[in-house]
Amino acid sequence: MKSAVIVFPGTNRERDIQRALSLVSHSKVVPVWHAETDLPSNTDLVVLAGGFSYGDYLRCGAIAARAKIMDSVRAHAERGGLVLGICNGFQILCEAGLLPGVLVRNAKLRFVCREVNLRVERADTPFTKAYRKGELLRIPVAHGEGNYTADEETIRRLESEGRVAFRYARSDGEIDETDGPNGAINGIAGIYSESHNVLGMMPHPENYIEPEIGPIDGRGLFESLAAALKAA
Amino acid sequence: MKARVIVTLKSAVLDPQGKAIEGALRSLGVSGVQSVRQGKVFDVELSGNDKASAETVLKDACDKLLANTVIETYRVEFAE
Repeated sequence: MKSAVIVFPGTNRERDIQRALSLVSHSKVVPVWHAETDLPSNTDLVVLAGGFSYGDYLRCGAIAARAKIMDSVRAHAERGGLVLGICNGFQILCEAGLLPGVLVRNAKLRFVCREVNLRVERADTPFTKAYRKGELLRIPVAHGEGNYTADEETIRRLESEGRVAFRYARSDGEIDETDGPNGAINGIAGIYSESHNVLGMMPHPENYIEPEIGPIDGRGLFESLAAALKAA
Repeated sequence: MKARVIVTLKSAVLDPQGKAIEGALRSLGVSGVQSVRQGKVFDVELSGNDKASAETVLKDACDKLLANTVIETYRVEFAE
């Protein structure tokens, strides 16, 4: 397995994601600077890590989404290659048009940095096979603009095509929009592309992979990726 | 030639920042403000003096970068 982690000015979670990919997925990891035009040969997975690319100027992820390397990321996704965007990476994927909708300011205008309950909506994608459908994960979030929204038609399509990956849930597993960290519509915390090979999510699974630090609920995502790529 | 691009949230999109500003104005005793919506202004200097081609350039700029048309609309004004 070979992963490319794209680094923009202001990206700050690339080391964490590299650690998770090498430790849990046993992946070779190559950092790729945004001004490059090509991905390393035989890249299986492209990751857009969290941070504050370009200082969140204009709109979160807007400038990074227009970087040179993004043409190659788009081509990789169109070939069916796996792409994972976490936090600012999710914002970049939306701005780049690789995922629909947009992440706007949290409903309560506060930067939210805490653990959330995340409900796994389906466990049959390359990102979630190590989990169970409906399983509740403890995963941290840290963002000021994580309030997912899109027009009604897009939301209807995402829901009917099974493209919601994770939702913010109460501890009993129920969804309560007003109780979530950011006001996202239908409690949406992460979504897939049409072919489920691109995943964008606000929470940080890479934070919870080592028992020395706390819960390890994030490991499943990296285990799933390794298994999916081994099988391919 | 100089132009101003104004980007605003579509009316159906909630604007929590505008709401907060609205509340702050109220608490400052500024009366008569019914509602506030926040937007962005870009002052752009263009080479050339042809308004039609400037409009084309700015439309391109807005669609490609300045506005996210999922949630925002834009309009262009020219300085006389």
